[in-house]
Amino acid sequence: MLSYFFRRIAAAIPVMLVVALFVFLLLRLSPGDPAAIIAGDMATPEQLAAIRESLGLNQPLYRQFFVWIWQLLQGDFSTSLMAHTPVLSMIGQRVEPTISLALVSIIFTILISVPLGVLAAWKHGSWIDNLVMSTSVLGFSVPVFVIGYVLITVFAIELKWLPVQGFRSISDGIGPFAQRIVLPALTLSSVYVALVARMTRASMLEVLGEDYIRTARAKGLAEVQVLFRHALRNAMIPILTVIGTGFAMMISGVVVTESVFNIPGLGRLIVDAVLARDYPVIQGMILLTSGVYVVINLLIDLSYAISDPRIRY
Amino acid sequence: MNKPVPLILPAPRRRLIGLPRVPLISALSLLVLVAIMAMAIFAPWVANHDPIALAPANRLKPPSADFWLGTDAYGRDLFSRIVYGARISLIVGIGVTVLSILIGLPLGLLAGYFRGLDAVLMRVMDGLMAIPGVLLAIAIVSLSSAGVWTVMIAIMIPEIPQVVRLVRSRVLSAREEPYVEAAVLMGTSTFKILLRHLMPNTVAPLIVQGTYICASAILTEAILSFLGAGIGTEIPSWGNIISEGRVYFQLKPSLVLWAGLALSLCILSINLLGDSVRDALDPRMKKRGAA
Repeated sequence: MLSYFFRRIAAAIPVMLVVALFVFLLLRLSPGDPAAIIAGDMATPEQLAAIRESLGLNQPLYRQFFVWIWQLLQGDFSTSLMAHTPVLSMIGQRVEPTISLALVSIIFTILISVPLGVLAAWKHGSWIDNLVMSTSVLGFSVPVFVIGYVLITVFAIELKWLPVQGFRSISDGIGPFAQRIVLPALTLSSVYVALVARMTRASMLEVLGEDYIRTARAKGLAEVQVLFRHALRNAMIPILTVIGTGFAMMISGVVVTESVFNIPGLGRLIVDAVLARDYPVIQGMILLTSGVYVVINLLIDLSYAISDPRIRY
Repeated sequence: MNKPVPLILPAPRRRLIGLPRVPLISALSLLVLVAIMAMAIFAPWVANHDPIALAPANRLKPPSADFWLGTDAYGRDLFSRIVYGARISLIVGIGVTVLSILIGLPLGLLAGYFRGLDAVLMRVMDGLMAIPGVLLAIAIVSLSSAGVWTVMIAIMIPEIPQVVRLVRSRVLSAREEPYVEAAVLMGTSTFKILLRHLMPNTVAPLIVQGTYICASAILTEAILSFLGAGIGTEIPSWGNIISEGRVYFQLKPSLVLWAGLALSLCILSINLLGDSVRDALDPRMKKRGAA
């Protein structure tokens, strides 16, 4: 068990190295002078020289890479060009709205999509099944920002039930927080709901054909108990996987959703950084999100090994 | 699918309306796509106004006989802009699909056939897949100019690992087949084995995957333009239209919603068409109905 854990953790390291190498090469191999890109359009020659010096641009490429990695490992993600503050502390300031948004969205997703998927699998082939499946295609196809604007039009502008935009921290009270998080979270979960509902249905269909389900039914258990206690628990692994791999999808959703609803989170941070060509921030955000992605998938893999003793590689 | 048929699950019934249902949806989505393509190709004849020229006198006009969907904040006809916007979406969608298959297919063939190369290549692909696609794309666009080519390359790079993985998995299972073994024993050149014996196995899944890549590329292009990191605003694209419209959204939601509708319809029909192609090419997938 322990050796599997260590091997699995060790396997995540080359993935992160590739990510870092890619981010590194992206700046170095892009057309133009990296120092000029980093310094922005209004840099003086002295600033350019200073940046060249600090990045070690006069040294060979492989040395630059290792110096840079060493700085990253020490927690030095360099400094924003616009705000002149360390990238990590900028990220720290913006993390709360994004985490709130992501958590509420995941809760919505699970609450909506798992029952729908179970229902679709249970009523396999019926109109309910068809409805769930065709709505999920819609969820994949309608862009997040279109869903966001439709929700704003209906619930904020026409019905006036909820505020149009903005964000309040949960520490300002649950009421204002909830009012402003509902629409963005529904928007963000739209893609996710489609994905998880489909996976739940597929996974449940497989499990419902097993012998122990027939046994459970034969001994006269209530159908609800068969579905949720016996079937869903065994169908959970693929569902968990898709929640994990869908995280990458969620990141792009966060960027768009925060722009639509004017939420001052990490998504806004990266959009502002792109518009200002603030490369250290972009770089830090890519490293951070990829790192979170790798860690989430690592945790999911490890949780399989704990929950299912048959899984060993 | 070799499990015993469950006794209690209702057997898949042969629905009366079930038979024409799939062709109907495919036909409808094909129709929508052909319409969008025609709109893109014949844009100068379909559109009744110049999509770019500014006309401040006509700012934010409501829909009328002259301006079918009204005008935007710069007095440009919304309908004409949406018609021209179809061009960018289709160019990016088709371009990214072709490019990512052109690059991903050879890489996948090689990775599936040569074990040593496989280990290295797949680690690189794992790394690329760990970077959220939209972030990677906006980083690439922000580093260079915002032309159509840059945007296509930026969208293509995150799609390549999907193609490589798909091709590789097909090659891995196909290389164990007796006909490949026979070809190796007969001394067929490796190049020929890859091209003549292994590649044909990847065509059907690639066609299906290609439709999904196309839909996802169109979506990503719109997201990039929407965020202001896409093709320059002087070219009308659906994402640009939405991006410009959102400033006036509360005043005039139609500026965002019509382009959003065109975008959604386009992506939806490509996805549905992909589903029907998948069902037609591989009946097993249809029965399982997996994601």
